[in-house]
Amino acid sequence: MGTKNLLVALAGQPNCGKSTVFNMLTGARQHVANYPGVTVEKKTGFFDLGEARVELVDLPGTYSLTSYSLEERVARDFLLGDNPGVVIDVADASNLKRNLYLTLQLLEMEVPTILNLNMMDVAERRGQVLDVEKLENLLGAPVVPTTAKKGIGDDALREAVSRLAANWPEKAFRVDYGPLEETISELEGMLAEDPVLSVQYPVRWFAIKLLEGDSEAVELLRRTHPDFERVLTHTETCRERFKEQNDNAVERHIAFVRHGLCARMARETVALPEERYRSISDLADRYVCNRYLGPIILIAILFILYEVSIVFGGWLAIEVWPIWGGLENFVADILPQAGFLTDPLLRSLSVWVVKSITAILNYLPIFFLLFALIAVLEDSGYMPRMAFILDRLFRRFGLHGQSTLPMILGGVYVGGCAIPGVMATKAIPDERARLATILIVPMMNCLAKVPLYLILIGAYFADVGGLAMFFIATVTLFMALPVAKLLSMTVLRKRASAPFIMEMPPYHVPTISGVLRRATERIWLFMKKIVTVVAAVAVVVFVLINFPGLSEERRAHFDGVRDKAVTTFVKQVNKTQYTGQITEANVTDVILFGEALKQAKRGIKDKEKSAAVNAEFEAKNPVYYAVVKRVGKDGKKLNKALKKVIKVRKKLRREMRAERFEKSFLGSMGRALEPVTQWAGFNWRINIALLSAFAAKENSAATLGSIYGIDDSGQSVQDSMKAGESGFTPLHALALMLFMALYPPCVPASIMVRHQANSTKWMLFSIGYQTLLGLFVSSLVFTGGTLLGLTGFQAMWAFYALCVAATIGMALIPTPEEKEVKSSVKATTETC
Amino acid sequence: MTLDELKPGTRCVMSDITVDGSLGQRLMDLGFYPGAEIEIVRNAPLVDPVELHLDGYHVSIRHNEAKHIEVDG
Repeated sequence: MGTKNLLVALAGQPNCGKSTVFNMLTGARQHVANYPGVTVEKKTGFFDLGEARVELVDLPGTYSLTSYSLEERVARDFLLGDNPGVVIDVADASNLKRNLYLTLQLLEMEVPTILNLNMMDVAERRGQVLDVEKLENLLGAPVVPTTAKKGIGDDALREAVSRLAANWPEKAFRVDYGPLEETISELEGMLAEDPVLSVQYPVRWFAIKLLEGDSEAVELLRRTHPDFERVLTHTETCRERFKEQNDNAVERHIAFVRHGLCARMARETVALPEERYRSISDLADRYVCNRYLGPIILIAILFILYEVSIVFGGWLAIEVWPIWGGLENFVADILPQAGFLTDPLLRSLSVWVVKSITAILNYLPIFFLLFALIAVLEDSGYMPRMAFILDRLFRRFGLHGQSTLPMILGGVYVGGCAIPGVMATKAIPDERARLATILIVPMMNCLAKVPLYLILIGAYFADVGGLAMFFIATVTLFMALPVAKLLSMTVLRKRASAPFIMEMPPYHVPTISGVLRRATERIWLFMKKIVTVVAAVAVVVFVLINFPGLSEERRAHFDGVRDKAVTTFVKQVNKTQYTGQITEANVTDVILFGEALKQAKRGIKDKEKSAAVNAEFEAKNPVYYAVVKRVGKDGKKLNKALKKVIKVRKKLRREMRAERFEKSFLGSMGRALEPVTQWAGFNWRINIALLSAFAAKENSAATLGSIYGIDDSGQSVQDSMKAGESGFTPLHALALMLFMALYPPCVPASIMVRHQANSTKWMLFSIGYQTLLGLFVSSLVFTGGTLLGLTGFQAMWAFYALCVAATIGMALIPTPEEKEVKSSVKATTETC
Repeated sequence: MTLDELKPGTRCVMSDITVDGSLGQRLMDLGFYPGAEIEIVRNAPLVDPVELHLDGYHVSIRHNEAKHIEVDG
C-alpha cells in the first residue's frame, strides 16, 4: 500500500458553517449522492494529508443524536457503522453552549473527535473571548478555532486531523449522570454479555441509549443479545424506579444533565461582553418579520423570484434554444436520410428521443436560475422567516410554513415547473406536511400546461379571455388547498408530524461561489436523475404511438398517391433541358437537397456568406440547385412543379401520422376510455391528446395539432380545432382545462416524486389520485353544467365559488394536533 | 405559568418541560432545559408561531408547543 486512506466525518449542528469548513478542506473535489435507502443528501470530498488520502463525509446537520429524526439516525449509523478515523465536530463559536450539546454526545459515543470552533470572527465581533486551552482540558479532546469563510485555521485543522488519526488516546470522556450512574453500570454489566454488541458499540453509550428509551437501540438489542428480554425488562424497571425516586423521567434527566454541563463549560471558557449583543439580524427581523411589513416583503421577494426565474429565465431559454436546436439538427444529419413518405425506423426513433430530451433541456436556464435563487434564499437565512410568516395559514391545510417555496416553484399563479417544486420539498421537516406538499405541487400550473389553456381560451373564451385566464390561474390553488387537507386527514393521517421548532439563524450575505456551487450541484443531480429516464420513457411512448402502424391497404393507397405525384413531376422534368437527369428514384433527394440548403442558410444574414453556401450547394449538384433555386426558365418551371410535390408529401405525411395515431396502442386506449371520459365531455381524439401529455405536457398541444391536421403554415390550432370538433362548446373546453390543471405529474416530475417521497408507491398514488380527481372534477363540471343548462362561462364561476367554499370549509376543520390540544386543555380544566 | 401565556417583550426562566416523546426530546435538543433564559421576541404576523430568544440564539415554536414549557416569570 503506497498511500493510506483515512475516513473523516464532518458533524455539526445546523447553521454552524459546516459547509464552509467542508469547502475549505476539500476545495472543488466533491460529489453528492444519497445515503443508502434514504433521501438524505450525502456529500463526499477528498483531500491529501501528507501520505494519506482523506475521504471527508459531510454528515447531516443535527442538534442531537437521538433516533427521532431521519437525519440524526443517518448520522449516528454512519458514525457507528462506518467507523470514521476522525470526526470533526464543527461548532458555532459564538453559540458555544448549545453546540457543545452535540459535542458531548459525540464524545460519549467514543469516536475520536476534534472540536472545531468555527465562525471565530462572529464570536469576536460579539465581544466574546474563548479560552481554547481550557476547553481542551475540560473535554479531553483537541479544539481548533477557525474562520472557514476566510480560510483561517485551515492548516491547524488539517494538522489536528493527522495527529488524532495517528494517536488517539482512547480515554473516554464521561458525563457524570449523578443518581443514574449506578443504574448505568448495572446495565453495562448485562450488555457486556452480548458478544456482538459489546464489540461493535461502546457499552456505556449503549446503556445510556437504552435508558433513554431509544427505539433503535432497543431494536438492535433484540437482534443481537442472547437474553434481550431480561435486559429490556430490567431497563424498564430501572426507568420506572428512577422516575419514582427522582420525580423526573430518565431521558429528561439525561438531557438536563448534559445541558447543565454544557452551560458550566461555556461559563468557564467564554468571557461574555457586559451588554447583550444586538445583532443586525435582530434589527432586520424587526422589519422582515413585522406584522404588516413582513407579508409585503415576502410577496416582493416571491415576485422577484418569479420574475427572474420564470419570466427572465423563459426569455433566456428562448435565447439558448439554438444550442438544443443545433443538437437536434446534428443528430438528424448523421442519421439515415428521410424517405418520401416514411422515414427509416432508426431515424424516426432517434429524432423522437433526442427531441424528448431537448424539450427538457430547454428548461435548463430556468432551472439554473431557480436553483441559484433558492441557494441565495437558503444561504441568507430567509427561508425560516418565510416559514415563520406563513406557517399559520398553511398549517390549516395540513401543510407547513416551508411549503410556500415548492408551491411557488410549481406555479402557484401561471408558469412554474413541478420538478424543482417537488425537489424543494426536501427542506420541510414535517413528514406529513412534506408528503402533502409533494402530492399537491403537480396540481399547480406548470409552464407546459399553458399552451393548451391558450388554445382552448383562444377558441372558446376569446371574448372573456382575461377572466378565463385568471380563473384557471387561481382556481388551482383553491383546489389544491382543500385536497391537501383531505389527504393529510386520510391517507397521510398516520404519517409522523414533526413539531415546528425552528431555529432562526442570523442573516448571512451569500457568497457568489457558494451559490454557484450549489446551483451547479443541483443541476447536475437533476440531469443525472431525469435525462436518462426521459430517454427510456421516450422509447416506450414512441412504440405506443407508432405501432402497430398502418394496414397494407392504406399503405398501398398512400404509395399510389405518392407515385402519381412523382410521375407527374418527372414528366415535367422530361419536357425541359434536364430531361433524364431527375428520375422517379431521386425526387426525394431533390426535396431533401432543398431542405438542406434552407437549413444551411438559416440565421445567415451576411450576403457573402450566403453566396458561399449557394456556391457550395451548386457545386454539389448543379441540376438540383437549378430546380431548388429557380435558375433559368426551366428551373423556374420545375420549381413550381416541385412545390406541388412537396405539398402532396406534407399532406400525405400528416394524414399518415394522424391515421397511425388513431390505430396505435395509444389510440386504442383513447377509444377504450371514451365510455368513461364521455361524462367529462372528452371524445377519443381528446383522450389521445391527454394520454400523450403524460410524457410531457407540451405534447397535448402538439398532439391536438397533429390530430386536427395543422402544419407550420395556415390555420392556427384553435381554428382547426373549432373546425374539427363542431359539437364542442365552451363547457367542453372548461372541463378539458380543469382536467389539464389536475393532470398527473409528467414522467420527469413523477420520477422526482418517487425520488423525494422515496417510494414507488407514492409516485403511483400521485399519478392515480390526480387522474381520478381530474376525471371527477371535469365530469362534475361538464355533466353538472349540462344538466343545469349552464354556459361555459357560468359553469366556470359556479365551480370557482364551489372551490373557494371548499377551501374555507376545509380550513375550519381542526387539524389532529389542534384536536389533541383542545382535548388536553379540556381534560386539565375538568380536573381543576 | 406556561410559555404560551407570555406576551412579546417579556423575559422568563424555564423551569420544566411537561411533554415526553419526540416533541419533548426535540425541545430539549434545541436547548430548552431548566434554567434556560427565554425572551419572547415577537409573534408571527398571523399570531402563531412565536419567536423566542433562547440562550443566545433565536428559535420559533408554535403556541401549542409552547404550552408544554413551564416558566417562572
